[in-house]
Amino acid sequence: MATLTRADVEHVAHLARLGLTPDELARLEGQLNHILDQYAKLAELDTDDIPPTAQTIELENILRDDVARPSLDAEAVLANAPERDGDSFVVPAILGGE
Amino acid sequence: MADATTLLAHEMAASLRAGETSSRELAAAHLARAHATDHGLHAWLTIDDERALAEADAADARLAAARAEGPAAVAALHPLHGIPVALKDLVSVKGGQCTAGSRILEGYRAPYDAHITERLHEAGAVILGKTNMDEFAMGSSCEHSAFGPTANPWDLERVPGGSSGGSAASVAAFQTPLSIGTDTGGSIRQPAALCGIVGLKPTYGRVSRFGIVAFASSLDQIGPFARDVRDASALLHAVSGRDERDSTSAPVPVPDDLVNLPASDDEAASWLRGKRFGVPKEYFVEGMDPGVAARIREAITTLEAAGATVDEVSLPHTEYGLATYYIVAPAEASANLARYDGVRFGHSVRGSEDYLSDYLATRGSGFGPEVKRRIMLGTYALSAGYYDAFYLKAQKARTLIKRDFDQLFDAGFDALVAPTSPDVAFRFGEKMADPVRMYLSDACTLPVNMAGLPGVSIPCGLADGLPVGLQLIGPAWSEATLMRASRAYEGATAGAPWRGVLPPDLVKLADPSTPTPAERVAAGR
Repeated sequence: MATLTRADVEHVAHLARLGLTPDELARLEGQLNHILDQYAKLAELDTDDIPPTAQTIELENILRDDVARPSLDAEAVLANAPERDGDSFVVPAILGGE
Repeated sequence: MADATTLLAHEMAASLRAGETSSRELAAAHLARAHATDHGLHAWLTIDDERALAEADAADARLAAARAEGPAAVAALHPLHGIPVALKDLVSVKGGQCTAGSRILEGYRAPYDAHITERLHEAGAVILGKTNMDEFAMGSSCEHSAFGPTANPWDLERVPGGSSGGSAASVAAFQTPLSIGTDTGGSIRQPAALCGIVGLKPTYGRVSRFGIVAFASSLDQIGPFARDVRDASALLHAVSGRDERDSTSAPVPVPDDLVNLPASDDEAASWLRGKRFGVPKEYFVEGMDPGVAARIREAITTLEAAGATVDEVSLPHTEYGLATYYIVAPAEASANLARYDGVRFGHSVRGSEDYLSDYLATRGSGFGPEVKRRIMLGTYALSAGYYDAFYLKAQKARTLIKRDFDQLFDAGFDALVAPTSPDVAFRFGEKMADPVRMYLSDACTLPVNMAGLPGVSIPCGLADGLPVGLQLIGPAWSEATLMRASRAYEGATAGAPWRGVLPPDLVKLADPSTPTPAERVAAGR
């Protein structure tokens, strides 16, 4: 079973968009490997002919009529914004420049 | 009338209809008790007196109007009409805070009501406030709340279980007759067991999750806590049913049997005659508390004495449950929790040189250690090169776990009987150093979530003075039968000496100098 190195932990933290301190990274390296040891048990199972289960109730294609309905009021939604400008959320620039 | 907080919900309902009390009196008595006793318990994150009293007044007005209309109108009111209820702090109530036990949602105010909030209002129930929980429902002790732990009314040095620890402790401490929790791997049943009350996880799809903070979407389900089976069943009835805003909410009728359970203990117990139960041998796990195993064996003897057949059965893939769950649940959580980016709501750290650094800082400082651990596990299990080995493998193992249950129910068992938790309530800090030890608290409950089945925990006695929970597991959509069976066991044990035992530390809760759970944890370090 795979073992996570410190570099792996840093990579996963980056993928998860979690800013972690060196202490947190060190602790997680130990804890995640301990948890992954438990995962090793699954390798015992022969699952070649077993279909995966993503959900347990066999509901399929739940559709509704495609009609417009009232949605939340913009003011109610924006009330929680950490930073707003009129009817917009203020977000950090993602494309570089101004 | 006796102190209203000592009554069961159905006793309060009878008292209301008899004109002996009002919903306002019931709400006021519970609010007063919650305020007076919560210093040493910390079951609540918000107690909203103003809103609760306004809802109670509205319930009183509705009852008065129904009386004027006639007996049929009064009879049409829901059994929960005018009755107080607490909500786990991940259920949206319009305009109220909804932290999910996390700093990252501090200051957030829900812009709409959850489906179950609407349903409770329609039933006439009175929402007293919001209860403490492990952050994002990840935990089995309530110690992972960002706002400090909750204590267990049976022993204030011990945890109430989790993640719905505040909901369970508040009911056990008579601060509310009813509460709502959520259960992803045992988060209703395990705290119900540890606090000596009734807690039910319904079939996946029974209750709409619209307006609930998501943890693991293929496993999460909402359910009731109460001090007896009839009350839990009535609360389930009030919140169940199809809601098109949750596409996993199933178009399955809600059985009225849930609100028609027998009042007579003897009549209830007589139902057991000829019923067939299975006891999965794998649920008597290694390292289990011998006191818990003894109480479960006694409960089985009680069922047999009442005329039921109890056979030992096998759920052979149980041993793979923990690994399967701790891949599937964190994977789904890592996706669900991606939405906490500090842009639209909640905790937000700004001012770094680029957007990525803002995200990292917001999420790094907003989430607590257990949530970070699960996001890391889930992100890893879903990452390129590992998806097949972990996530897909776990989904296949999930199929095997589900088939184990299906085969037993196809063979005609009415329900399975098992321990809810391998332990009684444990001490603060006892399982915090080792995440895997904490995860094992849910070894007997999480396979039920993997299979999407309903499971209930009901009190079945004490071990070393602490409550033990008996778990009943049924086939999909069998809640009415499960509650009937639970009520039958309750009836069969109505005269048992442990039935009358109150949580001993209720006495300490009345003393305002009792330390808070956070102070106890700090002193124990």
